[in-house]
This record gives sequence, C-alpha cells and structure tokens, in this order.
Amino acid sequence: MNGLAPLFFMITSTVKVVTVFSVLMVAVAYTTLAERKISAWLQDRHGPNRVGPWGILQPLADGVKNIAKEETMPGTSAKPYFVLGPMISMIPALVTFAVIPFAAPLPTPWGTVPMIVADVPIGILYIMALSSLGVYGLVLGGWASNNKYAFLGGLRASAQMVSYEVALGLSLVTVLMVTGNVTLTQVVFEQQRLQLWYILPLSLGFILFVISAFAETNRLPFDMPEAESELVTGYHTEYSSMKFSMFFIAEYAHVITQSALMATLFLGGWDIPVWHGDDAFFFQGQWISGFDAAGAPVLAALAWWKTLLTLGMFLLKTGFFVFVYIWVRWTLPRFRYDQVMQLGWKVMLPTALTYVVVIAGTLLVLDEVGVPFGLRFGLVLTAVSAVATGIFVFWLDRDRIIGGASHPARGPLPPRMPSVDVPKLPASVGGD
Amino acid sequence: MIDILFYVFAALALGGAMGVVAGRNPVASLLSMVVCLASVACIYVLLEAHFLAAVQIIVYAGAIMVLFLFVIMLLNLGHDYQPDLKAGLWSLLAFGLSGAMFGFLGRQFWGSSAMIATAGAAVDAQVEQYGAIGAIARPLYTTYVVPFEITGILLLVAIVGALVLAKRNV
Repeated sequence: MNGLAPLFFMITSTVKVVTVFSVLMVAVAYTTLAERKISAWLQDRHGPNRVGPWGILQPLADGVKNIAKEETMPGTSAKPYFVLGPMISMIPALVTFAVIPFAAPLPTPWGTVPMIVADVPIGILYIMALSSLGVYGLVLGGWASNNKYAFLGGLRASAQMVSYEVALGLSLVTVLMVTGNVTLTQVVFEQQRLQLWYILPLSLGFILFVISAFAETNRLPFDMPEAESELVTGYHTEYSSMKFSMFFIAEYAHVITQSALMATLFLGGWDIPVWHGDDAFFFQGQWISGFDAAGAPVLAALAWWKTLLTLGMFLLKTGFFVFVYIWVRWTLPRFRYDQVMQLGWKVMLPTALTYVVVIAGTLLVLDEVGVPFGLRFGLVLTAVSAVATGIFVFWLDRDRIIGGASHPARGPLPPRMPSVDVPKLPASVGGD
Repeated sequence: MIDILFYVFAALALGGAMGVVAGRNPVASLLSMVVCLASVACIYVLLEAHFLAAVQIIVYAGAIMVLFLFVIMLLNLGHDYQPDLKAGLWSLLAFGLSGAMFGFLGRQFWGSSAMIATAGAAVDAQVEQYGAIGAIARPLYTTYVVPFEITGILLLVAIVGALVLAKRNV
C-alpha cells in the first residue's frame, strides 16, 4: 500500500513504533515538569529546582519515588477492577498517537517512509474510538475503590465524557466535511492545498474542539472527576505509587495527544506556513505535492532536511498547545458540576449542530457555484465562520453562562456604595 | 495469520458473551459485554471493515456501555445479585431457541461461498471507488435515505417517550 517492500515496511514500522512510544513517554515525564515550572512561573515561585540543574532531573526522581513507594490496596476494594482501572486508562492514552502524522515523508534509498506510525483508513475515528475507551479506567477505578469520593469522581467522569464526546465529534464533522476524508494525512494535505489552516476557515469548530478536548482530558476548568476541593482527589483517592502514576501518565499522554491533534486538525500539522516546498501526500501510488491547473498531480520534492524541518514545526505547534493546557489550568477557576453539564448540553451541542449545518450549506453553495478548492474557497469559509464565531461569542457572554451574582434572573444588584472622591496625592509626596 | 487472529477474537467474543449471562456481578457482566463488543470490532477489522469497527467501538463500547456503567453504578447494584433466570424450563427454552437460530443461520450460509465471493467482489469494487466510508455512506444517503431518516425519527420518538415517562414520576 505504501509502495514499500514488506521487510523494509516491517523494519521502519517497528522503528517508528518504538521511537514514537519512547518519545511520548519522555514527553509525558517532561510535561509534568513543565506543568510545575510554568505554574511556578505564573504564581511567581521558583518551582522544582533541586534535582539536577534547573530541576531537569525531577521527573526521574518522581519516577523512582513512585516505584519505591508502598503500594496500598484498600481492604474493601473490588481488587481485580481496582488493578484494572489504571491499566485501562493508560493504554488508550498511549496508543492514540499512532495515527497522527508528525513530519513530511522521509525519502530513503529503499523507498519513501511516511512519518506516521499507522496510516489507517479510518484515521480520526480510531482516535475517537480509543479515547472513548479511556473513561472505563477512571470509572472502574473510582467504583472499585469503594470510597464515596472516588465513586463520585468516577460517576462524574462517565457523565462528563459522554456529554462532551458529542460536541467533540460534531466539531470534527466540519473538518471532515471540508477535507472529504477521515485520514489525518489527508487533513494535513487539504490544509496545504487550501493555503489556509483550518483554524481560520473553521474558527468556531476550533473553539468547540478545544473546549471539548479540555473536558475530555479532565483538565481544569473541567476537572470535575478529581475536583480537589470537593472530592479529595476524586477517582484516584485510594491509589498510591505506580498505580497513581499510571493515571497521571494517562492524563499527560492525553494532553499531549490532544495537543498534537489540535495542531494537526486546525494548525496544519507538520505543514510549514507560506512555503509550499514541504507539501506531500500519497496519492494513487506516488507522492505528490498538489495538482496543477489541469488537475494532474505534481510530484513532491522530498528531502531529509524537509522531514526534519517539518518535524520541528510539528513539535513547536504541539508544544504550544501543551503550554496552553498548562496556562489555562493555572489561570481559570473550576466550573461547578451543573455548569459543566449545562455548557455541554445546552450550549456546545446546539452550537455544534448549527455550525455543522452552516458549514455544510456553505460547502454546497461553493460547490454549486463552482469555486475551485483553494484560497478563494477558504476565504469564503473564513468569512462565514467569522460571523458564526462572532455570534457565538456575543451570545456566550459571562453573565448568561457563568451566571454569577450579576445574572439578570437573580434580581437587581444591591445598591453600590456611593463613590467617594479620593483626593489625589500630589506627585511629589513620598520622598523625592 | 488472519485465520488464527479470527479464532482468537471469536473465542474472546464468545467468552465475553458467556460472561455477560454467567457473571453474578453487574459490573463484571458489563465488562464482559465490552470485551465481546471489542472482539467483534476486531473481527470487523480483520474483514477490512474499518469504519464499522470504529463505529462499533465509538457507539457501543464507548458511549452506550459507559451509560450502562453509569446507571449500574448510580443504582449501586450490589455484589451479590440474584440471577433473574432460574435454572430449569426457561434455560432449556432459551437454549433451544438460540440453537434453532444458529441452525437457521448455518442453513442460510452453508455452502454459499460462491454467493459470498460475488457479493464480496462487488463490495471490494465499491470500496476501491469511494473509500471505506464512502462505500457505506453512499447507499445510506441515496438508496436507503428514507429508512435511514425514519430510523432517526424513531430514536427521537423513543427519547421523547422516555422523557415523558420519567417526568411523570419526578
């Protein structure tokens, strides 16, 4: 299928699997360090700085600590499920990365190697399927602990996952409609052809996807299942040592995979902006960079340095979204549980449904008018999406959704204190 | 290789199905059900029906079973749960009925490999032309669009009905 000899395909695939897995695990370890360093930076602290220079060996120390720590097993827990929980949550988080393309294909003397572990024909559906299985780990762990806080955390996890998966799927539908396929390699290629990353033509889809992705990874402001101030630490209250660590690894692996997914779906994946020398897609048995005016495929010019450059680009974009995850966590407060449910069912779902209809209508009109797939096509979509995003943001103002004390339904606000004119101090007061 | 994998997943699916009815703990039954659904999805993959496999996991294993789990946990069905079906006449009846259904299935497909081969070739041609998803989407949205939409309305009616029934008791 890739035009590679079976043996060579086997070798490259094995190398890719091992490399991607190792890099992902190391990235997970260092994301935990980044989380602590960035939170320290945001809160004007130092953060971990004892182990190694600038604390860069901290993840290693944490690993040793978690392995050496005593493993507790609550006497009243349902043991098989208690052990199964962390495993079920960790495995889907690690294997979803397999279908994300991370660089331009690498030409070798024995054939061109696509820089993706497995370019399965169902691409994004594979990610949806596996990430929807991850919730079993949380729910089972919470239930098997036989602890009411853990149990509540598990319940919340299941309800939240089911609620936000709908919006997540619907926001993906717009991407798939514009792309015309579900493989992530084609999503990247169509963004190169469109000369616009989907974040512009599908801006509202991007917003909906990011919100749902935060909810799906159980990160603040959606960390209901482990809300520390309400549920001790939620579903992993009873877990210690490596079992706890596995939940932890799962969470960060999810964060990284979702960041890579956002980068791929909406920021062009490994595409380098403006420059078209990196465009490549496997089409009818050959690597092409696009189509000429007559619609004939143009062969791609591949090179190892382009693979490296695009890999760097991909890591940059993914790293940016990981940073956003951490940034948001240490900036926003947590939602109340009923607010999470209201946002999911009353805001995200109707908006996503409406947006799918709007985008489908726009695509139909563009096809009927006969606008070719390219920059002009993308700009029309950008205009439509900008209007939709504007309406959405206008409608989603703080008063209505968060509904604090100033919500109109709660009656008029108490009268404010009459303002007092404070005399200004002359500039010269206080020393010089 | 594919044959071996098929038997592995078929055994897993059957084992999971047995676990659903044999297990005394509702959560264990539910997990067996998930194993069964996932194994069937793996068999779909072996048949190169990737889309069906993904949908099987997303819809059944990922959404409906999570809801079941939610309900089981919410009602906190205990660890010792009495089976509804007592041994005896009912189990004999159930065994006989399922045996008859298997017999009927076997009669339908026994020695019909030629029919399967031609149908398989037609499906392969469709997949070649429209891709794995297009081959399903096309008939669904052209030939069978009315039954498809009516099924959707049926589900909507069921949801509204469930809401009305539930609301009366609140």
